[in-house]
Amino acid sequence: MGAMYGLMCVGLTIIFGVMRVINFAQGEFMMLGMYFAYFCFAWFGTYAFFDGLWFPFLLALLAGPAVFLVGLVLHRLLINAVTGRQASQLEAQGHYAQLVLTLGIALVLQNGGLFLFGSSPVSVSNELSYSAWEWGPMIGERVSVFVNQAQTISAILAVFVVIGFGLLMAKTRLGKSLRASADNPDAAIYMGINVDRAHRLAFGFGVGITAIGGGLLASNAPFQPYIGTEYVIIMYAGVVLGGLGSIRGAFLGGLSIGVLQQVSAIILPNQLQNTVIFICFLIIILFRPQGFFGKKDRTA
Amino acid sequence: MSVSGVRKDFLHIALFGLVYIVLAALVSNSYYLLIMTIVPVWAVMGLSWNLFSGYSGLISFGHAAFFGLGAYLVALCMVVWELNPWITIPLATLAGGVSGLLVGIPTFRLRGHYFALAMLAYPLALLYIFEWLGYQEVALPMNREAPLMYMQFENPFYYVLLGLLLLLFTLVITTLISHSRLGMSLLAIKLDEDAAEAVGINTLYWKLVAITISAALAGAAGGFYAVVLLVVTPLAVFGMLVSAQALIFAMFGGVGTLWGPVLGAIILVPLSEILYARYAADFPGIQGVIYGVAIIAVILFAPEGILWKVRSLLRPGQFRMLGSSASVADFSADESLLAVTHDDRNETILEVSDLSKAYGGLQATDALSFKVRQGELLGIIGPNGAGKTTLFNLLNGFVKPDKGSIHFQNKALLNLRPNRICAMGIARTFQVAKPFTHLSVLDNVIVGAYVHTSSRQAAGQIASAAIALVGLEQQCDLPGANLTNKELRLMELARALASKPSLILVDEILAGLDPEAMQEMLVVLQKVRALGITIVIIEHSMQAMVQLVDRFVVLDHGALLAQGSPEEIVKNPAVIEAYLGKKWLENA
Repeated sequence: MGAMYGLMCVGLTIIFGVMRVINFAQGEFMMLGMYFAYFCFAWFGTYAFFDGLWFPFLLALLAGPAVFLVGLVLHRLLINAVTGRQASQLEAQGHYAQLVLTLGIALVLQNGGLFLFGSSPVSVSNELSYSAWEWGPMIGERVSVFVNQAQTISAILAVFVVIGFGLLMAKTRLGKSLRASADNPDAAIYMGINVDRAHRLAFGFGVGITAIGGGLLASNAPFQPYIGTEYVIIMYAGVVLGGLGSIRGAFLGGLSIGVLQQVSAIILPNQLQNTVIFICFLIIILFRPQGFFGKKDRTA
Repeated sequence: MSVSGVRKDFLHIALFGLVYIVLAALVSNSYYLLIMTIVPVWAVMGLSWNLFSGYSGLISFGHAAFFGLGAYLVALCMVVWELNPWITIPLATLAGGVSGLLVGIPTFRLRGHYFALAMLAYPLALLYIFEWLGYQEVALPMNREAPLMYMQFENPFYYVLLGLLLLLFTLVITTLISHSRLGMSLLAIKLDEDAAEAVGINTLYWKLVAITISAALAGAAGGFYAVVLLVVTPLAVFGMLVSAQALIFAMFGGVGTLWGPVLGAIILVPLSEILYARYAADFPGIQGVIYGVAIIAVILFAPEGILWKVRSLLRPGQFRMLGSSASVADFSADESLLAVTHDDRNETILEVSDLSKAYGGLQATDALSFKVRQGELLGIIGPNGAGKTTLFNLLNGFVKPDKGSIHFQNKALLNLRPNRICAMGIARTFQVAKPFTHLSVLDNVIVGAYVHTSSRQAAGQIASAAIALVGLEQQCDLPGANLTNKELRLMELARALASKPSLILVDEILAGLDPEAMQEMLVVLQKVRALGITIVIIEHSMQAMVQLVDRFVVLDHGALLAQGSPEEIVKNPAVIEAYLGKKWLENA
């Protein structure tokens, strides 16, 4: 659970880190990833070749590139108009415009999803979702730890995706150009980096990675088009906990939020689970806005 | 703003109310009347959002929290105690205001992105709490026998009337605020929060006032909404869409305007309601899609809302000005308004001792001690990076020192916020000018003048005197963004003067001026000095300063290198070395 949150948080933090944009529609891209997995599963799942237990996980990984393309197109058409170099002409460096634009995109995707996908919850599941490995009995005879198999595989995949992306950022020319654009867009332009393209790719990577997280989540919980709103706060909680803009921090932050949510579920009634996260989020943001893993940054 | 401006707005509001009533009276379809009731509710929400976010520039995604509390308060009071809405809607207003204040106190520590995110969490946390408390759906009990008492009318026309009354009330409040010191202060905060603080605006205080009023209005709107719809659910009143709608109507119509949010609600609410009624079966989310598309289109094509867009189409080339349009300049007021009286010319006005501040390994200010005498013109010079601007930031409270003390007129200044320091009598200008770009020169200066008066007329007089002193009468209606470098610096000086300081900190006011402009500036500085105001001026160029100042303080690497009269300083070997290097000294 936590690892998947971590993955989604990484997606979000890439966008913030490189573009300095708060993307409210991130939850909706996660939702798109979930539905991608769901529909492919429904269409191809009937063929014998695809009925393997691995298939939902492959779909989750494929949701990444699919939503990556959606992200590229949306950035080209809409987001580019209010970010990067265009933003400096707008009031408050375009923060206003960015927040509101992504909010608009969120509304359209969410409600558009409602008439494309319907409002009834769906899920992608096979027997792995219901089977668990049992560890134990431990601590005396009574206590055993059950680990859901689908969740475990998802978590391992999530860790691999994050490590893969981390290597991409650290080692390749592309990663370098992304980091340079994040650090100082103007200087990056003078060094011959196409900052618009870097931003477009960052946006694509960001939403794509979050979509993989969504695709992985899809195989162990039912969902509907409105799920994004709930998760966008969870993602931001993780990202802020880890320090905005730090990839490692975001992953650890998401991980902590996932663990916190599961632990609070043991103690508190179900409805209050999310309240706990929101309250933690408020406490973190009010008292330590630079996060616990990130570098110290101005809160402005 | 002149009284006539307020009157004009009131006239428009009255006309609008009249037209709306006539229209409602002509409509008999009860569904359309319901829409006509909902429109004012959302217009009030839009205005409430606009009053806070539109004027202050801090984006709130959390107005649903206040709306929802208002709605639940009215609904629950009716269910539990049978209290009627005439009592509970004012209570909802009060509750909204209190919750706004409570939210504001911790959340204003944050700025920008962080503020917007934090605000998002409040309504969502409340949403789950109300679900958990078991209030998934609270229906208001019917009391048809006493319709007037419980606001439950058979005829939907009365609802329209009540909604309209609420809207007119909100419009009147918004008008009064936008023409008051509060409106002016919020605009200044939006345009440049640091500069606002430095000219004596208590930014935290005004932001709290604004969010309290704004949240109170949202609470009232929520309360009335409960009465109209008779059912309250957490998602309907705390949901993301509620905050989003408030913001969308205001942004769509026109940010920071009186009529923008009303226009947004009038266009978008009926549109989405009617389409929803017609196509809901096939396209269940059509409302959200419409709002989403509307806001995307506005951001791309008219980022400040359609009202501003229309205005710029009607009057092309005109700069978008905020604040008052009517001039209150009164250049008959004389300079004596600004004069400072003091008893003893040679007494110490400012004493800095052992002041230190380090940034990481860099010691920007290093155990610095010096005194400023009343009425003198002190020049602070030093090479680049000597810590001159840091010293000013320490003096006016932007930066907290690591150790040391500052005494101004024998009062300790440490740990005071910049607006307090400004009110005590230390004003400043900035190395990189910080004008309020969308305010006129006059309004820029008036913002400064509010420090010692709350009357707009008195502030106008002080501002006029300050503008006349620096010689910007011709430019007083130009927006801050359209000034030349010299005019900007004069305007900043006037803005500083308007707070009636006894000490002005002037940061590189001569930088980038041609020799002629430099001479003019020196004349103005002499005039300021003649008022009895003590001046501390930072400058690179020794030449211009030698003819101006009484005394120099020379800094190098954050520490005091030398101080004394201009004659002494130009001959001081340590100073020559710091400026020109050792070699020069040997050759001299």
